[in-house]
Amino acid sequence: MAVFGYAGRRAFGLRFPKKPCPGSGFGQPQGSFPKQTRVQIFLPIADIPVNIFLILAMGAAVGFVSGMFGIGGGFLMTPLLIFIGVTPAVAVASVASHIAASSFSGAIFYWRRRAIDPLLAVVLLSGGVIGTALGVETFTLMRALGQLDLMIALSYVVLLTAVGGLMFWEGVRAILRARRGIPATMRRPGSHGWIHGLPLKIRFKRSKIYLSVIPVIVVGIIIGFIGAVMGIGGGFILVPIMIYLLRVPTSTVIGTSMVLTLVTMVFATLLHAVTNHLVDAVLALILMVGGVTGAQFGARFGQKIRGEHLRLLLGLLILSVGIRFAIELGIKPDDLFTIRETGGAG
Amino acid sequence: MTVRAALATLCLALVLGAAGATRPAQAERLIVSVSNQRVTVTPNYSGGELVLFGSVEKDATTPADRSEYDLVVTVSGPPADMVTRRKERKFGIWINTDYRQFLKVPTYLALFANRPFDAIASPEVQRRQQLGLNNVLLTQRVGPDYADVVPNDAFRSAFVRLRSERGLYREATSAVTFLTPTLFRTGIPLPAEVPIGKYDIEIKLFSAGNLVTQTETSFEIVKVGFEQFVATSARRDGLIYGLVTAFMALMTGWMASIVFRKD
Repeated sequence: MAVFGYAGRRAFGLRFPKKPCPGSGFGQPQGSFPKQTRVQIFLPIADIPVNIFLILAMGAAVGFVSGMFGIGGGFLMTPLLIFIGVTPAVAVASVASHIAASSFSGAIFYWRRRAIDPLLAVVLLSGGVIGTALGVETFTLMRALGQLDLMIALSYVVLLTAVGGLMFWEGVRAILRARRGIPATMRRPGSHGWIHGLPLKIRFKRSKIYLSVIPVIVVGIIIGFIGAVMGIGGGFILVPIMIYLLRVPTSTVIGTSMVLTLVTMVFATLLHAVTNHLVDAVLALILMVGGVTGAQFGARFGQKIRGEHLRLLLGLLILSVGIRFAIELGIKPDDLFTIRETGGAG
Repeated sequence: MTVRAALATLCLALVLGAAGATRPAQAERLIVSVSNQRVTVTPNYSGGELVLFGSVEKDATTPADRSEYDLVVTVSGPPADMVTRRKERKFGIWINTDYRQFLKVPTYLALFANRPFDAIASPEVQRRQQLGLNNVLLTQRVGPDYADVVPNDAFRSAFVRLRSERGLYREATSAVTFLTPTLFRTGIPLPAEVPIGKYDIEIKLFSAGNLVTQTETSFEIVKVGFEQFVATSARRDGLIYGLVTAFMALMTGWMASIVFRKD
C-alpha cells in the first residue's frame, strides 16, 4: 500500500500546482488578474496575461503524467487551463494542438518499436474523423446557445467519474488478486462477447486479432466526438475500450491509440481554427514545449511502476478531476452574471 | 430686375437670419485637444492615461454674470454587441438560464465631470444629456423591441458592474479639474485590456444646470506586436492559421522525438 500511497501523493502534487487562481474557474475571466513581477506574456486569443513559467510548468507536469500513463493528458490540461482563467472554449481548442504535438512524438516512438497496427489505425481513423467533425459542430452550436461551459463541465463530470471510478475499481481488484496470489487473468479465454459475432471481419495482422470493422469505426467516432468537444485526446478511454472490448493486445494498443489521437487532434485544431477562431497558438506552443519534455521523463518513470498500480493511480487521477468539476457545478458561483462579446467590435 | 434683386436679398437675409437664430445661445466655444491622437498599445502594455486639455472661449454675447461652468466628458470606445447571461440553480447545479442582448454598446465608456452630476443639472437634464452611467443609453433587445431599461434592472446593472470591474466602464465626478475658471483638464485612464478602435470624446459645457455648448473629438487605439498579429490572423485567415498551428504541433513533436532519442 505504501507504494501507491507515495506515488499517489506524487500524482496529486502534479495535479494541483500552486498557482494564482482567480475566484471563479468558469465563465469569462472578468476579474482583474494579480500583477506579477515575473515574466508575463499576453495570450492573443485567450486575451489574458499569463506567467510563461506557470504555463511551461503546467505543460511539463501534465506531460510527465501523460508520458507515465501513455495518454495524451488533455483531460488534465484543459481543466488546469480553465482553473487559471482561460475560458473553457479557448482551453478546449488550444489543448487539441498541444495533444497533437505530444501524441506525434509518442507515435514516432512506438512506430520505431513496431508497436503500431497500421490497418487498425486506419479503420479507427475513418470513424475518428467523422466524430471530430460532429464534435466541432456541436461545440459551435452550444457556444451560440451559451451552454458551452456547462456542456464541457458536465461531460467532464460524467465521463471522468465513470471511467476513473471503473479504472480505480479494476486496479484495486487486480492488486487484491495479486496479493492473494491469484494470477491476473485479463483475457478470459472462450468468453467472446457479442462484438465478436458482428459481420465484416478483418484480420489485423500486427495485433493478431480477427475483428469486425463496425465496433472499431464506432469507437473511432465516439473518441473523435468527445475529443473535439472536451479538448482531450481520449487515450484514457480508448485504451481500456481497445483492451477490454476489442481485445487488442497490449503490445500495439498504446501506439495505435496514439495514431488516432494524433490525427483527430490535428483535424480538431484545424476545425476549431476555421469555425470558432479559438485556437491560441502562443498558449499551445508553450504547452507543447513543456509537454513533450515532461512526457519523456514520465515515460521512463512509468516503466518502473507495475501495471496494476499504474491503472489504480490513473483511475484515481481521472476520478479526482471529475469530482473537482462536479463540486464546481454545485457551488454557487461568485458572480451569477457573465458577459460575452458577440461581435460588432471594430 | 430690382424686384428680383430685392427678393434675392430678402431670401439671403432670411437664410442668414435662420442660421443666426440657432446660434445665439452659443455664446461660448469649447476648444479641446487630446495628448495623443493615436495610442499604440504593445503586448506588455499595462495600462496608461491620456490627457484631455481644453478651454472655454467666451465672446461678446456671453452674459456677463456667467462665470461658473460645469463640464462633463464622455469617452466611448468602439461599439460591440454583447450578451449578459445569468446563472440559476437548476437540478442542483448552476447553469446559464436567462440572458439579455446589448446592441452596439460601447466597449469602453468613461464619464468624467468636475462635480457630482446631481450638482450639475436636474435629473431631467441628466437623463436627456446621458450624464452618468445610470443615464447612458445601453440598448437592449427585449423580445422584438430595442430599448434601454431602468438603471436598476438586474441585467443592466450587472453589465455595468462587470465592465467596471475590468476598468472598461468608469465614472468619476471629480476627474475634471478647472485650472483657471476657463481652462480645464482631465485624465482618461486606459486599462491594459483596452479594446482597439476609434474612441469618441464628447465634451459638454453646462452653466446653471443647462447645456451651454458641446464639442467632440476623438482618438484611436492601435495594437501592435506579435500577439496582435496572431490575434488578427486567427480571425481573418482561420484555415492558414490552423494549418500553421497544426504544423507547429507536428514539428514540436518531431523535434522532441529527435532530441530525446536515446535508444
